Amino acid sequence: MSSAALSDSTLLLIMAIAAVVAAIAIVAAIGFRLSRSHRELGTEAEHATFAALHSAAVAGEQLRNGLEPAGALKASKQLRALLNCAAFAMTDDARLLAWDGSGTAAKQPESAVVMKLAAKALSNGRTQVATLDSSLRVALGLPLHDNDLKAAVISPLKIDSRAVGAVIILSKSPTAGLIRATNEVAAWVSAQLEIAELSSSRTLLAEAEVKALRAQISPHFIYNSLNAIASFINTDPQRARDLVVEFADFTRYSFRRHGDFTTLAEELRCIDRYLLLENARFGDRLQVSLQIAPEVLSTVIPFLSLQPLVENAVRHGLEAKVGKGLVQICARDRGAYTEVTIEDDGVGMDPEQLRLVLAGQQEGHHVGLRNVDARLRQVYGEEHGLTVDTGVGHGMLITMTVPKNQPDHDA
Amino acid sequence: MNPAIGYSALILVSLTTTIIGFYGLRISRTTSDFYVASRTVRPWWNASAIGGEYLSAASFLGIAGLIVVSGIDALWFPIGYTAGYLMLLFFVAAPLRRSGAYTIPDFAQARLESTTARSITSLLVVVVGWFYIVPQLHGAALTIRTTTGLPSWVGAGVVVVIVCLTVVTGGMRSITFVQAFQFWLKLTALAVPAVFMLLVVTGDPDAAPAVPAAVELFPPADPFTGGSTYQTLSLMIALLFGTLGLPHVLVRFYTNPDGTAARRTTLIVLGLLSVFYLFPTIYGVLGRAYLPELAAAGYPDATVLLLPGRLIGGVGGDMLSALVVAGAFAAFLSTTSGLVVSLAGVISQDVMGGSVRGFRIAAVFAAVVPFGVAMMTDSLALAGSVGLVFAFTASTICPLLLLGIWWRGLTDAGAIAGMLTGGVLCGTAILAGAQIGADSPWRDMLTQPAAWTVPAAFLVTIIVSKATPHRRSSTVARFMSKLHVPERPLAVDNPRK
Repeated sequence: MSSAALSDSTLLLIMAIAAVVAAIAIVAAIGFRLSRSHRELGTEAEHATFAALHSAAVAGEQLRNGLEPAGALKASKQLRALLNCAAFAMTDDARLLAWDGSGTAAKQPESAVVMKLAAKALSNGRTQVATLDSSLRVALGLPLHDNDLKAAVISPLKIDSRAVGAVIILSKSPTAGLIRATNEVAAWVSAQLEIAELSSSRTLLAEAEVKALRAQISPHFIYNSLNAIASFINTDPQRARDLVVEFADFTRYSFRRHGDFTTLAEELRCIDRYLLLENARFGDRLQVSLQIAPEVLSTVIPFLSLQPLVENAVRHGLEAKVGKGLVQICARDRGAYTEVTIEDDGVGMDPEQLRLVLAGQQEGHHVGLRNVDARLRQVYGEEHGLTVDTGVGHGMLITMTVPKNQPDHDA
Repeated sequence: MNPAIGYSALILVSLTTTIIGFYGLRISRTTSDFYVASRTVRPWWNASAIGGEYLSAASFLGIAGLIVVSGIDALWFPIGYTAGYLMLLFFVAAPLRRSGAYTIPDFAQARLESTTARSITSLLVVVVGWFYIVPQLHGAALTIRTTTGLPSWVGAGVVVVIVCLTVVTGGMRSITFVQAFQFWLKLTALAVPAVFMLLVVTGDPDAAPAVPAAVELFPPADPFTGGSTYQTLSLMIALLFGTLGLPHVLVRFYTNPDGTAARRTTLIVLGLLSVFYLFPTIYGVLGRAYLPELAAAGYPDATVLLLPGRLIGGVGGDMLSALVVAGAFAAFLSTTSGLVVSLAGVISQDVMGGSVRGFRIAAVFAAVVPFGVAMMTDSLALAGSVGLVFAFTASTICPLLLLGIWWRGLTDAGAIAGMLTGGVLCGTAILAGAQIGADSPWRDMLTQPAAWTVPAAFLVTIIVSKATPHRRSSTVARFMSKLHVPERPLAVDNPRK
């Protein structure tokens, strides 16, 4: 009895849920309809223009990555609709990339056959019209007697007047209008490819810039370290030996060739060696405090992006200061980000001057800082540059924030 | 029970947690004793931290309660909770550590190269997290009600407020050492009273409280007859596969320096959990003997809280009770804060663009929604409701993780279809199961759905992936080698030293 009552209530619940779902669906459908009703405005000609522009926009999106099969196929579907032809194909200079056809031309033919058809247009860079004779029909896998397919129009795709591919259409008859339209489409695709090439060369440029910016250890540091080591050779040979070993390890790390990224742990190790060497020079004057959250040690950061900041704190903050100086290095876990701060209680600098340095308008000191700032912006985006708090006589606090999740960067 | 015990334990734990949350463990080192290698978290610490986050209200209160109600059958829960880590060890720990993805949505996006798959994964992670927080709040409500007599919402409210405060102010953010401390606190809080109680019970036969007549300490269970074979099987599937996808456990593996350490950590977790679960079992058996009326009164989950006071009178009993209450509260706080941090990370990343402010708003959002749900629902048996969360995780996130790591053929379409299938089937089953009559033939199927929803989710994922081979991620080969090739160690020791 109680179970009967319960199953009744279950039934009611299910019905209630169904009713709610249905109501939501109806409201959504009406809303969708209303929101799109403005589409019904406009004349026939305007509609045709809209449709053509829409096809072009969608196809352009697909060609953003240049000539590659997946994008070419999607673009071909749009462009075939635009030209209203039986089949539309796109090739690069070596193979067939995409074939979109309907009816008897739906089956994609062998790449070699199509390339043979396109060879002439590719070599002389001019539009060709080919009649579909019986041997060509066999090769393309078309029925021998088909009045709907009579000719192929082949128009080359050009970047900087160099043919990089071709569009091929199959049609009933090669009217002047169709040839003209094919040429226009080919020109439009060429323009899209030029844009794609531009964006890929922009990426290359950015990569080259990162490589060029890759920091080098400063010559001052090498000179100072060797001098400091030399001073220990007679008085404390064991220490001098240890320092040379540290120096060798430090240079091995900073001269390494592979990879633009490293882990926070390795970078901190490098900093540790650096400070050991600086300590030989500064003695008690240099004090260092580290507070590192172990959770962030495996964060990937650009190679040699922290060491220049520490060097900046030591050389520009503490060297000029009278008496002891403290450098504090902290790494914290900030949810999706890792935050590293480097703080010194040295002489600081004028914020306005620092702004000029970071903007690249003033050469001289602090180039390391600018270099790191530029690389961080380059790699992680404008909002990930260094944050610097400073004032004359008030030390300097540098904050660096990098995302923890960087699937594209291998340490 | 004397309300003063409850109040003092509650205030003590809340204060300690808040203070640790605000100030963290500030350990500064000077360069002379600093080496990165020595600063990586040792597997022991990390394992304790995982234990601290993993052992929730279900483990602390629920298992003993379940033993009081259903006897030896309840032992399947600790077995499942622990063995889930074996699955994690075998199939997920090391590859996931190498993947470089910090959350499950990150993993989904990197593996499948699809933002849709990422959004759906995020949604599921948030749902799982919310429904995992709800039993914690029920546990807190029960603890406060039992020990101080205050209304239920106070307990849940206190947990939500403390967690929000500490997370929003930037504290308690996956601080390994704090969570590791929580584990040992929980273990002590259960172990010390258990030892004393065993001494009392097995000591002087005249002084020991008499076992009420006709109590079967371990009623013979027969898992291989009747409906309970299916129930047991389904529960084991839920717990084994569900552990793989818990959002707050996953993050811990990044504290390991490399994949090998991730494996070793998991191994230690297995040991720690095995030791921990001895104690809820002792409480459960003692509870059957000395507090059988709790099962009849409808709140067996209070067994752990009331048992020390019942068996050991006087000041000693009060002290031990306070210890247990403190441990229970620590359990709710640590698990909830771990979950809130993970959820806030996912929500802020996917909805608010990952700013610090967004993280704070998301943290409050992540804690307040389950509070509302907890207030609107009644406390089921804690172990049971956590079991359902595991079933849901196993039906949704687990296929994505397992197939994503071990099968090249997984496509975004397949993963999305599988997750939706598992989510809809399991969700519907859980909702319908809560409504269905006690003698319905579908009852077992709906209250323990994992046995059919998990295979269904896997099947749909595989079939749809097979049907959409052209959607395979173009970088799958590179990503797979990243997952499975052992990495260079984080920092090599100097060979000359």
